[in-house]
Amino acid sequence: MAAIETTYRDALRQALIDAMNEDPSVFIMGEEVGRYGGAYGVTKGLLEIFGENRVVDTPIAEPGIIGAAVGAAMTGSRPVAELMYVDFAGLTMDQVANQAAKSRYMFGGQIGVPMVLRTQGGTGRSGAAQHSQSLEAWFTHVPGLRVVMPATVNDAYHLLRMALKCPDPVIFIEHKGLYVRKGEMDVAKPDGAWGKSVIRREGSDVTIVTYSKMVHESLAAAETLAQEGVEAEVVDIRCLNPLDDESFLASVMKTGRAMVVTEAVLTSGFAAELSARISERCFDYLEEPVIRVAGEDIPIPVSPALERGSVPSAQLIAETGLWLVKRVAPSWAA
Amino acid sequence: MATGGNKLLLDLYRTMRRIRTFEERVNELFVRGETAGSMLHMSIGEEAISGVCETMEQGDSFTTHHRGHGIFIARGADPNRMMSEIAGKADGYCSGKGGSMHIADMGLGALGANAIVGGGIPHVVGAGMSYRNRGLKNVSVAFFGDGASQQGILYEAMNMAALWKLPVVFCCINNQYGMGTRIDRAAANTNLHERAIACGLNGVAVDGGDVEEVHEASERIMTAARNGRPGFITLTCYRFYGHARLDKSPYRDEAEEAEGRKRDALVNARARLIDRKTADAASLDALDEAAAEEMNAAVAHAIAALPPDQDSMFRDVYAEGELRPRPLREHLSMILGEAR
Repeated sequence: MAAIETTYRDALRQALIDAMNEDPSVFIMGEEVGRYGGAYGVTKGLLEIFGENRVVDTPIAEPGIIGAAVGAAMTGSRPVAELMYVDFAGLTMDQVANQAAKSRYMFGGQIGVPMVLRTQGGTGRSGAAQHSQSLEAWFTHVPGLRVVMPATVNDAYHLLRMALKCPDPVIFIEHKGLYVRKGEMDVAKPDGAWGKSVIRREGSDVTIVTYSKMVHESLAAAETLAQEGVEAEVVDIRCLNPLDDESFLASVMKTGRAMVVTEAVLTSGFAAELSARISERCFDYLEEPVIRVAGEDIPIPVSPALERGSVPSAQLIAETGLWLVKRVAPSWAA
Repeated sequence: MATGGNKLLLDLYRTMRRIRTFEERVNELFVRGETAGSMLHMSIGEEAISGVCETMEQGDSFTTHHRGHGIFIARGADPNRMMSEIAGKADGYCSGKGGSMHIADMGLGALGANAIVGGGIPHVVGAGMSYRNRGLKNVSVAFFGDGASQQGILYEAMNMAALWKLPVVFCCINNQYGMGTRIDRAAANTNLHERAIACGLNGVAVDGGDVEEVHEASERIMTAARNGRPGFITLTCYRFYGHARLDKSPYRDEAEEAEGRKRDALVNARARLIDRKTADAASLDALDEAAAEEMNAAVAHAIAALPPDQDSMFRDVYAEGELRPRPLREHLSMILGEAR
């Protein structure tokens, strides 16, 4: 089948439909996933296709939802539990970090938990402090979980299909600012294999390591940089666990400069992990310190202007890149 | 009298004796310095749980709390592999990775013992969904203590089970204590099954000193659950000893303990068997002796078993064949070895 143009949201929906048609053990549960069609419309129409045993509207009880999904996964089902906002993860962390993540290990490999926790995060809709966060580091800090954050329409489809074949629990974090984004989806052609990074743009002067919506901000920044004679290589890591560090390390060894870009707040974020790995392994190749461009260390404010200002923009990434490579002072330091 | 008659009572007596002896041997293993740590939670006083386990069927599943040894034995677990796990040995149920608080046996439908209070409760809801979706007639049972009854997750799970009419049973072993806090200091209404009834479940309270009563009530609750009416059993008993091995229970007095220990399903069953002439003292002594031999052998087995090899610590974080965690030494070699 040829590639078609669709949205990130519809690609996710198609992945769920195809997985449910292919594997009768897959079912969806969560708040408003059925009649309502999902808070962001990802599961719209699925109840009509698959019925209420496979598209299960739940009470508002996040720990119970994730806990039930763990039990279902232990007993032969492949549940997709939807956590409406990643910000609600605090309610569920026992079931995620102590139950889903640890069962295989604690029980000596006897019990797998092949579930997918679908959720979404990020800014862009003035959701304020409790509906806009980027909390991936909460999950990457827990051995036993896989963590995936698709940036493209094709990845939305393929990474979700792959997550639904993974024998271990996968935290699948979508970005609310990407749902209406259009792009090509080719169900026969993934961007890359599970756990592998994808180089979205080649360049020789600086490597930008990023994921999720910041891939698009970084690509836009790279275009600006190109006009200034700086060629940035943009690596979309896609999977935070399993992490393919060889690809971005090879890129940094080539370019000699690295920027890590995340929407998540700077301190103790996944950017720190990426930055540490680059510093450790590329020390002899680096011309400059590894730079983190990340969200401000503040809760997300509601006012659109403040919200936009609290996370990296293409302009901020471009100005930082130019400063790093060409020593051109950025607008705020000029 | 239980529905299975005196033969059943004799079987339950044997199971309860095996549980008590197992727990006593765990204690010995600790005293000999052969257990992995001291987080050992004895279920002595709770043996009537055998009456609930007896009403479960092949293919049914269950989760337990940290005080789950007795439940595993009643469901047919191998004492050798349990004792090895408690000793942290390679041939234990969890290859020495789980220990006393995390025994599991998928072959028995044991979805694992949990050391987070209430942590395993919602798993039975999902198991019930699995059975319903696949058209299976199995039940999933959550065993937990009165301490977990104060956790919010129980109410989420009970509501979902009732709402979706799942084949699920919640079994609260009310041994009167959440660690050092007695139930009346943790709950205003100590009739815990009433909370379940309020959620729309079939709820009963049974006397944990009477294994026949436990069995009879459980059979009713279990049958209803198998047919889509989830239930809740509170088994009222008394935790004979401290919370864990090193706890000497300074928060309660001897008079209370002496009174509490009168609720002893094992002693009651023995008296009943003799009274009914189902068995005489000599034949019950022989049965006790057989349990002692079995559990002595489990202790010897665990002591002789080998510890796990170091490399095994990296196994089972993820499924076989998936990318494994990178050992720290390998990570250090990559930084300091190749490049420098």
